[in-house]
Amino acid sequence: MHEPLIFTYSRPGRGAPAQYPPPVPPEVPEKFRRRRRVVLPEVSELQAVRHFTRLSQLNFSIDTHFYPLGSCTMKYNPRACNELAMLPQMLGRHPLAPESLSQGFLACMHELQEMLKEVTGMQGVSLTPMAGAQGEFAGVAMIRAYHQARGDTAREEIIVPDAAHGTNPATATMCGCKVIEVRTLENGDIDIEALKQVVGPKTAGIMLTNPSTVGVFERRIQEVASLVHGAGGLLYYDGANLNAILGKVRPGDMGFDVIHMNLHKTFSTPHGGGGPGSGAVGVGRRLLPFMPVPFVEREEVSAGHAQLRYRYRWMDERDLPQTIGRLSAFMGNAGVLLRAYVYMRMLGRAGLERVAEYATLNANYLLARLQQAGFEPAYPQRRASHEFIITMKRQARELGVNAMDFAKRLLDYGFHAPTTYFPLLVPECLLIEPTETESKQELDAFVDALIAIQREAQQDAAKVKGAPYTLPVRRLDDVRAAKQLDLAYREDPG
Amino acid sequence: MPFIPHTPSDVSEMLAAIGAPDIDALFDEIPAALRTPPPENLPQGLTEMQITRLMHARAQLDGQPLNFLGAGAYEHHIPAAVWAIVSRGEFYSAYTPYQAEASQGTLQVLYEFQTMMANLTGMQVSNASLYDGASALAEACLMAVRAHRQSRSARILVPATVHPDYRHVARAITTGQSLKFDVLPYGEEAGTLDLSSLERYSGQDITAVVVQHPNFFGLLEDVDAITDWAHAQGAMLIAVVNPVSLAIFKPPGEWGEKGADIVVGEGQPLGAPLASGGPYFGFMTTRMEYVRQMPGRLIGRTLDLDGKPGFSLTLQAREQHIRRSKATSNICTNQGLLVTAAAIHLSLLGATGLESVAAACQANTSALVEALTGIDGVRLRFAGPRFHEAVLQLDRQVDGVLQELARRNIAGGLDLSRHFPGLGNALLVCATETRTPEDIRTYAHVLAEILT
Amino acid sequence: MSNIPSDLKFNESHEWARLESDGSITIGISDHAQNALGDLVFVEIPEAGRTLSKGEVAAVVESVKAASDVYSPLSGEVIEANESLGTSPEQVNTDPYGQGWLFKLKPSNLGELSSLLDAAAYAKIVEAASH
Repeated sequence: MHEPLIFTYSRPGRGAPAQYPPPVPPEVPEKFRRRRRVVLPEVSELQAVRHFTRLSQLNFSIDTHFYPLGSCTMKYNPRACNELAMLPQMLGRHPLAPESLSQGFLACMHELQEMLKEVTGMQGVSLTPMAGAQGEFAGVAMIRAYHQARGDTAREEIIVPDAAHGTNPATATMCGCKVIEVRTLENGDIDIEALKQVVGPKTAGIMLTNPSTVGVFERRIQEVASLVHGAGGLLYYDGANLNAILGKVRPGDMGFDVIHMNLHKTFSTPHGGGGPGSGAVGVGRRLLPFMPVPFVEREEVSAGHAQLRYRYRWMDERDLPQTIGRLSAFMGNAGVLLRAYVYMRMLGRAGLERVAEYATLNANYLLARLQQAGFEPAYPQRRASHEFIITMKRQARELGVNAMDFAKRLLDYGFHAPTTYFPLLVPECLLIEPTETESKQELDAFVDALIAIQREAQQDAAKVKGAPYTLPVRRLDDVRAAKQLDLAYREDPG
Repeated sequence: MPFIPHTPSDVSEMLAAIGAPDIDALFDEIPAALRTPPPENLPQGLTEMQITRLMHARAQLDGQPLNFLGAGAYEHHIPAAVWAIVSRGEFYSAYTPYQAEASQGTLQVLYEFQTMMANLTGMQVSNASLYDGASALAEACLMAVRAHRQSRSARILVPATVHPDYRHVARAITTGQSLKFDVLPYGEEAGTLDLSSLERYSGQDITAVVVQHPNFFGLLEDVDAITDWAHAQGAMLIAVVNPVSLAIFKPPGEWGEKGADIVVGEGQPLGAPLASGGPYFGFMTTRMEYVRQMPGRLIGRTLDLDGKPGFSLTLQAREQHIRRSKATSNICTNQGLLVTAAAIHLSLLGATGLESVAAACQANTSALVEALTGIDGVRLRFAGPRFHEAVLQLDRQVDGVLQELARRNIAGGLDLSRHFPGLGNALLVCATETRTPEDIRTYAHVLAEILT
Repeated sequence: MSNIPSDLKFNESHEWARLESDGSITIGISDHAQNALGDLVFVEIPEAGRTLSKGEVAAVVESVKAASDVYSPLSGEVIEANESLGTSPEQVNTDPYGQGWLFKLKPSNLGELSSLLDAAAYAKIVEAASH
């Protein structure tokens, strides 16, 4: 399977004229005029449709394959969420449209804010961050703003566990903070003694994921919270793993002051080949004045307007003078927010609680089956959360077949690979997250595939190391890619 | 159970394999005191039929006003084929192409997109997109500070004619990085950057100069002179551009003697619906020499083990999952799905189609200006060459007029009084290729009624 | 087992330093470090004339999977950097102590050299790291 570049179909004078508006001459003064015509594909509509359809067929996706990518929550994206977010009025609504022509949209956004507050135990929610990393940014920026507003300006350190997502330290640095790492114990919990050594008058806050990136629940979270709060710092919750605890325990109740939620994980909006995401933030009382704008407020309407009980309006800098400001030109990834809204309304109270239950059931079942088959869990004494880690260090040592080899061979068996080599502190690790939407049959088939690969590795290691064989390409030369950078197609000048 | 496939016998077999009495036992590591009470305030679940009804009702509440709003988000015709393909599950429900062999479709689309954006902007290299145009400007400012080794000031000159919310976002995102933004005034008559206001910075250490073209008022800036001035000062030039306009306007890579250094902009006009402000995508292109300072994903073409061409994420060592606290940015997604739409959109339009769209936008805006300024109490504020937006001056407060228009189902434009109080009763209007002569007549007719 | 020449001095962060006959110091990364990083695809070297203090980030070495800062083991002024790494970063992999050198310093405090590890002490660190 190989699909040439779209440019190779291109022929001068070809096009898809049904898509063009009636021609009129442009009026461009000479000094502003484009001299050479832009090089874009010149193809027919059918050629374009066929090319991009073929490209789609080169992908693995949730709709076509089990995708147990740890920490990414690749669950089914219900089609209704897509369809209802793409109603013509929703697609056609200009972001600056008058509030009087936006009450339907704003009502959805306000209800989404309220539902997210409820499931996280926070006091305020702003939906504007456009991705998890931007939600993190908003969170740390609010922590900074809070301390600064109190004149507590020496607090410049953000504590991050060594197992954290790379975005955590990157975000803290972006916010002008110094990153202090604390280590994770062998049992997967944070090292409280080490934490005690680093908290103090310079601590702005700590960034934690719970369950942590190693797939276990941080049992001493209350101690962590009182230590950090006691030292005057705030607690930031990285919502990457919220799927594991939905309806079971709330970040607000654990003592967190601020949280971001990856709506594209827990609330099932599509990952879209790497975006768009959405990183709504929730805050406790202390951070309410600093939330990013805009967000939506609801007012009771007087008796005069019979058809509507409420009126919704935007809150902006004028309402929230201490806000950390705007993070996008308008209000973030509204279409993603609508999909999350539809998803939450469909699941409702009972359905949202079931998310964590069945995600956790699937993870623990998969872990138990793999353990029985001889695979080695990184944290054998612990319950899995919605994901867990197995380590291939024995296979790497004894057979010379490492985690990446297993991952690549899984592709041949029709499964997307789990997350490899993250978190960094477990050698040769596979981080596996099945999600609640996978059936027992699918999980059993995945276990069978790993057992089969293990057998292959014992009999013919080279075969596994050479995988994959059945995909559009075999392993790619990443060194060549980085050294002989080819980032754009250039037509042969000759 | 919605979206959960487990039968009762599945559950009991699974629990038996785990050795747990019930599902709740799987949460036994959570301290009991922390367990959540039942979420009383959440609504009960709705069936697909019920939520469909609800969403249709909400959509009808907002209606479909006749739209003359632009200001950073533009209503264009999107060929039906674009979202028909983008909505395919293989694109829609895939993730970041970390496993390159299982993601060649997404990777090749991104590579083709990078090629198209590099061509459109006249630059050498494009990333695989950022969140949106405003945050792309923030990232460009941070990138300029990293890339410009000789400059120590981190001072960035930003004309007031750059989209005000872009300026706000750039400030918010760079807070904590000690960047200094100096806002430069626009000429009262021209509505473009007053070149004389640059002069007082001559000889100073300036890291970068930003110019938006067409600017927030829809006007064309003297980009050649501004670019050359920046370079003469040893500053980098950051261009903020509308991608559709580049079909007819000189690309930033050809501005002045040496061209722009970093080009960013909002990708929404290339295949993304208005959709209340997102998801859109930001684009960023630059010179090859700065590629390692660029934030966001990059796709490279390479060979596989058998020597066959293929695509993979490259230069990942710049990114947060490897560099952690030393990464070029904390960004870890692009806007893959929107970029897929853009690649298909640009393939369908091609150079000819995109030129037609740009020219039609320009012509329709001229027709709109002519129609509206024919009304008593409406005049054109800035007369210079423009793309598809214009500032009109009214003889009364704009806000009330817009509310009256909204009642007549017209989104009449943006009231500039908040961001530009100095302009008085100013209204920013836009007409893209989607506005017909009839639409324009309707607007003019209704506005005339309101104003008389 | 990695190659640790006995005539060099080392930093715990895997840089090596060699005192040349003209009094300058040549600096690179150890065989162990290049091996741990894998195939290098890019090396960022300091500009000549830059003044470095001991422990300051002087260069960056980048492979496909990792990027690592190189800390200057001594204080001084950069008098030359290995420009050939721009096109052939793999020299650091193939010849870390020879053609893969990174930069040369005119040391401002030669006494700092004695605070660095000798080959035997560095070998112990490498040994410990591989367990």
